[in-house]
Amino acid sequence: MSVAAATPAASAARPVSAGRWMTIAIVVVLCVWVLLPIYLIAVNALSAPAEVTGWPKRFYPSFDFGSIEFFIQFRGVARALMNSVIVAVLTMTLAIGLGAPAGYALARFRFRGKESFRLLVLMTRAFPLPLLALPLAVLFIRTGLDDSRIGLALVHTTLALPFAILITFSLFLSIPYELEEAAFTLGCTRLQAFRKVVLPLALPGIAASGVFAFVTSWNEVFAAAVLTIQNKTLTAFLLQSLDYSPLPLKFAGGAVLVIPALVFLFAVRKYLFSLWGIANR
Amino acid sequence: MAEIDIRNVVKRFGSYTALERVDLDVADREFLVLLGASGCGKTTLLRLIAGLDTPSEGEIKIGGKRVNELPPRARGIAMVFQNYAVFPHLTVFENIAFGLRMKKLPEAEIDEKVKRSASLMHIEQLLSRYSGQLSGGQRQRVAVARALAMEPGVLLMDEPLSNLDALLRLEMRAELKGVLQESRTTTIYVTHDQVEAMSLGDRIAVMHEGRIVQAATPMDVYRDPATNFVGGFIGSPPMNFLPAARHNGGWQVAGVDLAGPASDNAEIQFGIRPEDLMPTESGLSGTVRVVEPLGAHKLVTMTVADTLFRAVLDSDLPVRPGETLTLAPRPERIRWFDPKSGAAIN
Repeated sequence: MSVAAATPAASAARPVSAGRWMTIAIVVVLCVWVLLPIYLIAVNALSAPAEVTGWPKRFYPSFDFGSIEFFIQFRGVARALMNSVIVAVLTMTLAIGLGAPAGYALARFRFRGKESFRLLVLMTRAFPLPLLALPLAVLFIRTGLDDSRIGLALVHTTLALPFAILITFSLFLSIPYELEEAAFTLGCTRLQAFRKVVLPLALPGIAASGVFAFVTSWNEVFAAAVLTIQNKTLTAFLLQSLDYSPLPLKFAGGAVLVIPALVFLFAVRKYLFSLWGIANR
Repeated sequence: MAEIDIRNVVKRFGSYTALERVDLDVADREFLVLLGASGCGKTTLLRLIAGLDTPSEGEIKIGGKRVNELPPRARGIAMVFQNYAVFPHLTVFENIAFGLRMKKLPEAEIDEKVKRSASLMHIEQLLSRYSGQLSGGQRQRVAVARALAMEPGVLLMDEPLSNLDALLRLEMRAELKGVLQESRTTTIYVTHDQVEAMSLGDRIAVMHEGRIVQAATPMDVYRDPATNFVGGFIGSPPMNFLPAARHNGGWQVAGVDLAGPASDNAEIQFGIRPEDLMPTESGLSGTVRVVEPLGAHKLVTMTVADTLFRAVLDSDLPVRPGETLTLAPRPERIRWFDPKSGAAIN
């Protein structure tokens, strides 16, 4: 009896395990694809400048902070880094300030053209930025917004806003309206109900969508390179100095750009997954 | 004093009319149950009273004051929601205290009121927990305690027991009845469960397709349904109906002559409850289809004049499927209806 039962089970197990190997192989390839460049950047950023330019290459860091030190002391880096932070913080504030109310309205109210509005929000991402860059640059020069942090932050906000709206929309949708109604019956105005009930429940998600806006701005290079001259962000600065800057500077700069973005996105991955309808973890 | 006065209330959602001309009076300290199938408009009516929706037409008064334009917080109401709506980011204590804090009561008074209503609902030991750590029944208790702590003029409850399992529902029903009788608050309770309605209400308002078809005491609704819909909706098993044709100055039902009311109609509808039938020699006869022993009684399903017909009979009565059974309706319990409008004929 047990022998008869075991045989079909064993033959059924073989194609399953082949499929499993396939899956594992794909996962490994994808991980290497993503992680190897990041690892090499990290190794070189944490090695002495002589080791970075020398031969043979090392595959583990020597934990020499010479490259990082060189990078930080390089002329213009500190200023570019500060510009990046300021523009990203401005972008985050604008994207949340405009996006969260829009997300709330989409989640809570029925209005004419709601579905078209949602589609339109996504459609804005279909516009390639290079196409808009020239008219935008002309417009910015005319209005005096060119080469300013707020001007760049406005462009970055248009990039980050669709996601801020959609993330907060799914976030507010996940908070039952019944909770707000309960607050109304317990003495709250709409604003009080939002502040005392919805906001505490939504805060982690709002923070996540803020972080996403921050990273969007932090990583953006095209608009930053086109629209600024004096007030370059770090990405634009590195791109511009790519031709003449030494290797250790590139690696250290790359690490400084990649690591915060990675850490932030990892912290808010749960909310990004829920945005695309993928279950938690 | 919190009597409720609803006049000519209409509620439309776009082209759909959820409530058509509803009139309803609820006396101060009355326990009124709004009973109806899903989609009949009972929750809509409750939300209009709460102020969570606004009526398209008509007037709602609470305690003699028109409240149409008032937001929920200014109506002196408290509400228990179907899914409890316990705030997940607050402890049980803070949930119950929420409305009291909005009233800006002194801390000592809040503490006292929270503890009093928590002890009424037997949840004193849960005060420091969050709703994620509570069972469905405990959340229900928190929701009721939170509403009671407000000491509202009117307590509105929207299917509060429908998410509980059967045993817990029975237990909570008895407990709610005790607590609410004690508090003597005007209460409107929405349910689709007729047993809940019968056991809790001072009065039941039966709703059907956006109208209140009957508002009366539970026994009146049961014994004298205003329409054949009410007769068929209330009672388990429901009322039996058979067509009755004019015959020899009376009415003939399945070949049996019965005395009935005067009516201009050539045909009316005969109604009898399953427990108001007795086995006899000559009467309504039909073929037995199914026999279900229920302990004290036997539920017999048969066909009389090609119509499904149910009788609740003594469990000692020997009856088997396929046999022919003859039953006599108790004359004083027979009800007659107009087959077109469905209204009772007296």
